[in-house]
Amino acid sequence: MKCAYYPGCSLRGTGRAYEESLLMVFGSLGVEIQELDDWNCCGATTYLSVDELSSYALAARNLALAERDRMDIIAPCAACYLVLNKTQRYIRDYPDIKTVVTRALGTIGLEYHDRVRVRHPLDIFLNDVGLKAIAAKVVRPLKGLKVAPYYGCQIVRPYATFDDQRNPTSMDRLMEACGATVVSYPLKTRCCGGSQKGTLPEVGLDLIRYLVEEAQMNGADVIATVCPLCQFNLECFQKEAGGRRHPISIPVLYFTQLMALALGAPAETIGLQRSLVPVEPVLAAKEIVYA
Amino acid sequence: MDLKRTVKFEADRDPEFARWISHTVGGERIRHCLQCGLCSASCPLSLYMDYTPRRLMHLSREGFKEEVLSSSSIWLCTACYACMVECPKKINITHLMYALKERAIEERFYPKRFPIPVMARQFCRMVRSSGRITESWLIVRVFLRSAVWRLVGMSGLGWKLFRAGRIAAKRENIQRTHEIVTLLDSVAATRKELAL
Repeated sequence: MKCAYYPGCSLRGTGRAYEESLLMVFGSLGVEIQELDDWNCCGATTYLSVDELSSYALAARNLALAERDRMDIIAPCAACYLVLNKTQRYIRDYPDIKTVVTRALGTIGLEYHDRVRVRHPLDIFLNDVGLKAIAAKVVRPLKGLKVAPYYGCQIVRPYATFDDQRNPTSMDRLMEACGATVVSYPLKTRCCGGSQKGTLPEVGLDLIRYLVEEAQMNGADVIATVCPLCQFNLECFQKEAGGRRHPISIPVLYFTQLMALALGAPAETIGLQRSLVPVEPVLAAKEIVYA
Repeated sequence: MDLKRTVKFEADRDPEFARWISHTVGGERIRHCLQCGLCSASCPLSLYMDYTPRRLMHLSREGFKEEVLSSSSIWLCTACYACMVECPKKINITHLMYALKERAIEERFYPKRFPIPVMARQFCRMVRSSGRITESWLIVRVFLRSAVWRLVGMSGLGWKLFRAGRIAAKRENIQRTHEIVTLLDSVAATRKELAL
């Protein structure tokens, strides 16, 4: 069945490599998608702290648009994924919220009847496509590449929709199917600080440092992420977080970039060149040849 | 000498605030709180807070409005939901943090030029006018209104991101922006009508 692809704002900005690689992977695995018609911002974590009711209405517009087109939604961004899921649940649980949202959607000619499922690419890859089918399509195994899988917060919390809340393993298994070695990474669901690096920098940097240092200590060559904000924080501020005493340099890629690489996609089409911490030396050291 | 009473009296409490928190969305179960502290233990930011989540839950339900709304904790919360997963009484702590943030912004309980409420407001404004967020524009707007000097420090990173094609120079817009305005106005009208 065709799904509505809901990229979210970040995948059109700092997270462009996520979109590029995700679309490549969808293409090679035969996942049919169509971009959601005129989608709008989900409100992320920010809108909720200013005006809760409006944030549900904003998210519900996207749900209603997908429902009108009779499709499920694929939301790759962690914040979008959570906000859409949360909105569905709150509309179900709170009659007042339902009234507000239904009326608001009515003014723009939309309806919402709770018939759409919100899904994450990890869920699609694991449960619809399947690990065996993915492993069979790997043409460039990531042999010897040690990956620290970092899930962050909002994919598995608070609603464990397709993986365990405390110890998720879906990305671990995907990376192994692509031939990579997964290193132990106990902080895999610890918060990266979100937008705190911008608003309360001392605190934000601390959180980033723990995460990156732990990955490096456990011998990872690369960190794999599922969230554009996590990726941005861990990559762009790792140098600042490490400081002079603990120099850190470890590439932070989207899990889809690693998948696309294994599935044989050309390097320039999956945004590897957009990394600020170059990944080429690591791949060269592992003799992973790509073109 | 600036002397202050260190113990709070019953009369210092704000019963309206206590009522509000237990009737707001997500606050239904706050009275069930055992004060076990799993929220504070699982919180990656409690080390930096003046009142840990456990203390904040107790202060809120007892009506210590001033202490709660001027606490650093509500701004430190990143909404990572760790507390909510661990809470044995299934209290929606993360959502209550949102509610407290919303109330603190409404009643202006924050220092001048504090970036978090500035960002929240600019974010909402951009969604209303464009329907989507263009990250680079948002960041510039926030820091122009809160900490201009930090823009200088960020310019190096900005340039690198621009060269990597990760900063959109053009603003993202949806096609039917009027729908967003209609939608948001309708929410405001219903809220007023039903006194939510």
